[in-house]
Amino acid sequence: MKTTNNNILLMVVGFILATGIYSCTDQFLDEEENYIIDSEGYFNSEEDYYLALVGAYDLLQATYVNNLLGEIASDNTLCGGESATDVIGFQQIDDMTHTPVNSNLRDVWNWMFAGVKRTNYFLEFQNKTDFEGRDKMIAEVRFLRAYFHFELVKWFGGIPIKEYENALAGGGKRFAPGDETSIPRYSASDVYALIESDLTYAVNTLEYSAPQVGRVTKGAAQALLGKAYLFQDKFTEAADVLQNLINNGPYQLVSDFSEIFENDGENGVESVFEVQYTDGEGAGFGCLQCSEGNVAVGFMGIRNHTGPLYDSGYSFNVPVQTAYDAYNSNDTRRDVSILDIVAWAETTGATYVEGYEHTGFYNRKYLPRKGDQNIGDQNLTNPNNYRSIRYADVLLMAAEALNRGGINDTQALSYLNQVRERAFGDDSQNSTATGSALTDAILEERRLELMGEGHRFFDLVRTGKAPQAINGFVAGKHEVFPIPFEEIQFSNGNWSQNPNY
Amino acid sequence: MKKIFSSLLLIVFCASFSFAQTISVSGTVKSSVDGLPLPGVNVVVKNTSYGAVTDFDGNFSLSNVASNAVVVFTYIGFKTLELPVSASMQVAMVEDNESLDEVILIGYGAKSRKDVTGSVSMVKSETIEKLKPVDVAQALQGRSTGVSVTTASGSPGSGFRVLIRGVSSNSDNDPLVVVDGYIASMNSVNPDDIESLTVLKDAQAAIYGIEGANGVILVTTKKGSKNTAPKVSYSAYTGVQETSKKLSLLNNVEYAALMNESYAANGEALPYPDLNNLGNNTNWQDNLFDEAMITNHNISLSGGTDSVTYYLGASQLDQEGIIASDKSNFKRNNVKLSLGIDVNEKVKTTLNLNYFANERRTINESGLGSVLFNAISYSPLYALDQEDLNGAFGNEIINPFSQIRDTYNSYFGNSIEGNFQIEYKVIEGLTATTRMGFKTYDDKAKSFSPIVNYGAGKVFNTDRSTVTQNKREYNSYTWDTFINYKKSFLQDHNAELTVGMAVTKDWGDGLTATGYDVPNNSWEFADIALTTGTNDAKENSSFTYDNRLLSYFTRLQYDFKGKYLLSAMIRRDASSAFDQDYRVDYFKSATAGWKISDENFMQNSSFVDFLKLRASYGTLGNLVGSDLYRASLNGEATYVFNGVLTNGTALGPLPNPVASWETAEKLDIGLDAQLFGNKLEIVADYFVEDRVDLLVPGLPFSGILGATAPGSGTPVVNAGTTRTKGFELLLNYAGEIGDDFNYNLGYNVTKLDGEVISINGDVALEGGSFGIGQLAPSRMEVGQPIGYFYGLKTDGIFQTQAEVDAHPSQAGLGNAAQPGDLRFVDVNQDGQIDANDRTFIGKPLPDFIMGFNVALDYKNFDFSAYAYAELGKDMVRNYERDQKNVNRLDYYLDRWTGPGTSNEVPRATTGATSNKLFSDFFVEDASFLRIQNIQLGYTIPSDVTSKVGVSKFRIYASVNNAFTFSKYKGFDPAATNGNALGGGIDPGFYPVTRQYLLGLNVSF
Repeated sequence: MKTTNNNILLMVVGFILATGIYSCTDQFLDEEENYIIDSEGYFNSEEDYYLALVGAYDLLQATYVNNLLGEIASDNTLCGGESATDVIGFQQIDDMTHTPVNSNLRDVWNWMFAGVKRTNYFLEFQNKTDFEGRDKMIAEVRFLRAYFHFELVKWFGGIPIKEYENALAGGGKRFAPGDETSIPRYSASDVYALIESDLTYAVNTLEYSAPQVGRVTKGAAQALLGKAYLFQDKFTEAADVLQNLINNGPYQLVSDFSEIFENDGENGVESVFEVQYTDGEGAGFGCLQCSEGNVAVGFMGIRNHTGPLYDSGYSFNVPVQTAYDAYNSNDTRRDVSILDIVAWAETTGATYVEGYEHTGFYNRKYLPRKGDQNIGDQNLTNPNNYRSIRYADVLLMAAEALNRGGINDTQALSYLNQVRERAFGDDSQNSTATGSALTDAILEERRLELMGEGHRFFDLVRTGKAPQAINGFVAGKHEVFPIPFEEIQFSNGNWSQNPNY
Repeated sequence: MKKIFSSLLLIVFCASFSFAQTISVSGTVKSSVDGLPLPGVNVVVKNTSYGAVTDFDGNFSLSNVASNAVVVFTYIGFKTLELPVSASMQVAMVEDNESLDEVILIGYGAKSRKDVTGSVSMVKSETIEKLKPVDVAQALQGRSTGVSVTTASGSPGSGFRVLIRGVSSNSDNDPLVVVDGYIASMNSVNPDDIESLTVLKDAQAAIYGIEGANGVILVTTKKGSKNTAPKVSYSAYTGVQETSKKLSLLNNVEYAALMNESYAANGEALPYPDLNNLGNNTNWQDNLFDEAMITNHNISLSGGTDSVTYYLGASQLDQEGIIASDKSNFKRNNVKLSLGIDVNEKVKTTLNLNYFANERRTINESGLGSVLFNAISYSPLYALDQEDLNGAFGNEIINPFSQIRDTYNSYFGNSIEGNFQIEYKVIEGLTATTRMGFKTYDDKAKSFSPIVNYGAGKVFNTDRSTVTQNKREYNSYTWDTFINYKKSFLQDHNAELTVGMAVTKDWGDGLTATGYDVPNNSWEFADIALTTGTNDAKENSSFTYDNRLLSYFTRLQYDFKGKYLLSAMIRRDASSAFDQDYRVDYFKSATAGWKISDENFMQNSSFVDFLKLRASYGTLGNLVGSDLYRASLNGEATYVFNGVLTNGTALGPLPNPVASWETAEKLDIGLDAQLFGNKLEIVADYFVEDRVDLLVPGLPFSGILGATAPGSGTPVVNAGTTRTKGFELLLNYAGEIGDDFNYNLGYNVTKLDGEVISINGDVALEGGSFGIGQLAPSRMEVGQPIGYFYGLKTDGIFQTQAEVDAHPSQAGLGNAAQPGDLRFVDVNQDGQIDANDRTFIGKPLPDFIMGFNVALDYKNFDFSAYAYAELGKDMVRNYERDQKNVNRLDYYLDRWTGPGTSNEVPRATTGATSNKLFSDFFVEDASFLRIQNIQLGYTIPSDVTSKVGVSKFRIYASVNNAFTFSKYKGFDPAATNGNALGGGIDPGFYPVTRQYLLGLNVSF
């Protein structure tokens, strides 16, 4: 009995000791298995850089809302949707009644800054590990940063920039909590200076061909740089870089306009820069910016459409009669750009339901096409790439720079007529305008050529035509959108609201 | 040392063998109340293991008992009796009305209730047996002060959440659950296997340190008793369930008239020009809600010898859903083993094992896209099998029956959990205990999404069938080792010291995968093994986690004459969830008690039997915030190169390197009293809890930080403090009228008053969601209760254009007002109505929670009723689709149709208005009183049943959730998703079921 007791006592003591030896020290806490990559110890190989580069590209897909709203805000379309309250933020922008409280505008702000964040993360560590071709990746990232900054400056005017001088020199640094109360909104021209710096580096570093389809090329950088100049009325610089692109780049117009916006037309010879989308992965309303598909396409689809060629959608962004009527009836672009749904239903027997603000027209370039995988939610995962910069756009931008800069109207006219000849199939409709008539012709041509592609609102604003063209547009106010209500609160007085909001 | 043991042993032996004279004893044990014989009473000779058990007639006999021995009689529910031995003993046992002798667990130890110095509630097996809860958590509701139990759904198998003293944390308010010493969850334990639930509410629980801030629930399972003949108990119930509520919706004519009016108001053609020829008048709810069965069987075997006790239990529960019972149901099986083996007088071992298996099928519930949401939105003019082919109800509403038809899923999970304990009595008063508790839970789930089409544009349409399967494994162990030393000195000084440590590890992993193109588009073939398709995207995922906790603790308890009681404890915790430099903390508390009734001046009191004052103060932790310090590349980075999905890396949520846990500072002052011959029990507590270092997500982090990038998020920072104060009062009166009628009346009330004390930067945190694309409706803000509703305040309806013109413009909300629209209050008085005019418009947490219990026994009949109430809380009606063609609740019949027609319900129109913005129009008083259980039982007299070998035979009928009294329009005023921010917002909660049960209890 006693021995048993002692043996058990020994066992218990041994047990307790074992517990102690095993775990008496806090080292017990350090033996975890986590499969986590530490973000601050990254960028140790070319592969690390490449994978982070993919992450920077990812946010391009979130620009779908910018492109959608660029039309809705303009005189080309009405908001549409299901009802007057369907996506109220879109409706208000269409009616120019938007206020700082607008979750869709906040999306633009948040998502573009998310893109800035990912590019700056890369640039923060750009010098950590060297490998061949690193400068090209850096150039791609700087292009992307410029792309996101350009969107932000178009929408909101001046924006905060982290370590501005360092950024101007090609560096990058992520914003840290608290920066919103200390870093000022840099002026729009400061932002443009950074955009120019990033794009100039990209132009000088990249080549016209890219290692993979979808990646940034020298041509894309030149085109975006030219566009950034044009938005500042820097016509000489714009003309220089755009003409350089036209003369040296591999791009040309696709002869049949109707091919451009079909699936087979993606990344074609006319495509200078294209945001890539796919139907390969599902998505949900909880995180629209996470979708790998073009969310705008489902939003623009024909409401409850049953019929050939097109899938259905939410009937947003519906073109108005005046937009349709702006085309000459011989213009092949009209029926490619705008679908007359009544005629369509009559000829094909398709059925549909009229949504809110039904006009009878749909933005045909970006209608959801049948034939994709329709992975759920199928309205959010359409694979239509966004043709961000087309060669036709480059020609028209060059023409505008040459004309408005008083540089060379003949050359401007020649670029304009290249676009018109493609549209009409011959030179019968060529323009002969000069001077300010030519300016008007070029701007009207931009509307016709780029209908439904998200450029119209900003073209109207930068040329001062918005107050006349857009119902409810108040000059001195609506040129930029309001900084989100929440951001003004966060900045604690550091940032002021845009005028008159 | 060895020598001392030998001497001690010698003394013990000497004492035992000094007196050799023995006698034989026989006798009968009866109840003092009714004089009926008591079978199964334990009769043991004191200080020996020798004894017997009374038979059916209460008889027992013992032989060879020392003539000066003392015999101890113990029987559950009766006071333990010690009598000097005599040859013939006629024993009358007194029922144990007073609960003061109960032993209360306090964590790593136990105390007699009269000596407890903390705030403790206890629910015993009798209550659980009465309530027949499907989940043990339900047994706490209305029975324990300070405890509320909520569920987000009445569907079979949905979980319950327990809140102890309200909501202090914005993240996790779940209490720690300890079953027989191992950390577990309530739902895996079969309610019938439970002996008692003990709730530790105050700083006394500081012995649980970083895990104790939300309170601790100690679950004690049933064990066998020593020297008891095998006892078999069987209980079963079966019954019918139905919905406790249906919403009052418009019928076909009312609906069509409303549609006409709202179309006309916007200048559109009338959709139903002829109200006399409408066709269908479908009541979707009547067709959807069904009667459903619930059945439960439970059998147990228990008993013991002088060194072994055992309890074996098995149970099966089968519950169907009241909607689509073949697609919504729950099955649970439990097997329980409890074994106690005394190796010798010094070494005791205990083994507890619990096997738990559950099987569940579910339909889509709660919110847009759920079956109920579809049913209440769908038009009464549609036939039961009619699809919305024209998209009349938008893209998100489909026929609920089609949805049920196309819903396929299954879930199975099982666990083994338990512990093994060795207790060694080193010397008198000194015990060393070590125990290993463990739990391993495996589950697998499958859901099949067939190819379906509900009409063009519907978001539920699927072009490719998929089957998604996952398998997960969760493990944990807790290894406790502690020493207890109890010593009395200088006669009246008693002390008890506890020193110990605990090692805890939680780890697990899981895999999820999706297969494309299921053969035959059929559930029968729905398994990844049979799928034929592929997909570019990365559809497979896995997770793994590993969290560890190392704790040391010590506690000293002291009392003088059992009259003045003091205790102090300290625990050191180190957790792997935090950065090395920020992972250790010490939690401390002290308690004190004063038994006033033991003082001389109270000895002569005629009505005070017991009176004790007690107080406690200390700190406890809430282990939240795991891994927030890590800056990880776990964001989503997917783009398309060369036409194929290309995955990269991206930043995950922004880290907070100095993240740590929450700390609670708890003060409790309480009073325990027994009055009028122990008939009236009073327990009262006043408490204040400050919860500091709350982990606050979504702080004012500007969009410039990029936290909205896929897979990212804002950093979570220890940046807030809440204060919850309140009082609890429990009254219990037990009495009898005549010989045959006993009654017990209980009432308890808890007043809760929560407030946010500080948030860094004085910002308001937002959460929850209302409608689509609207500003967040719930807030956490300094000076307000946590999660209060923040929206526009209304002041009636504009009756005329003149009224609109006289009021500040509402155009800032997006739409200028017209007569018939809600008039919003210009709260900030800046002359315009906009988002800046939002203010406090309600709160989701009640001011008062109450329980009422009545138990009556008359002869062989027993009756009981339990009620539960929550007062002073609001809920938000968020189950109404903002879409022009959906059906509406019948309050729309009282809508504004012209000046003077209504000042509550705005006009109907298909046009744009600001009436849908979150305002107090959508906030309702959701105070309620629910009769949770009414039960009537009859026990066949034991002199009848004993003839067929049955010691107890009781049958009963019972109704659960019999009535709910509330003004709230929604399905269930008691439902909430339980979130601190966003709680109380009703997306169309699946209602709780009303159950009519018949049951029986038999013991052999």
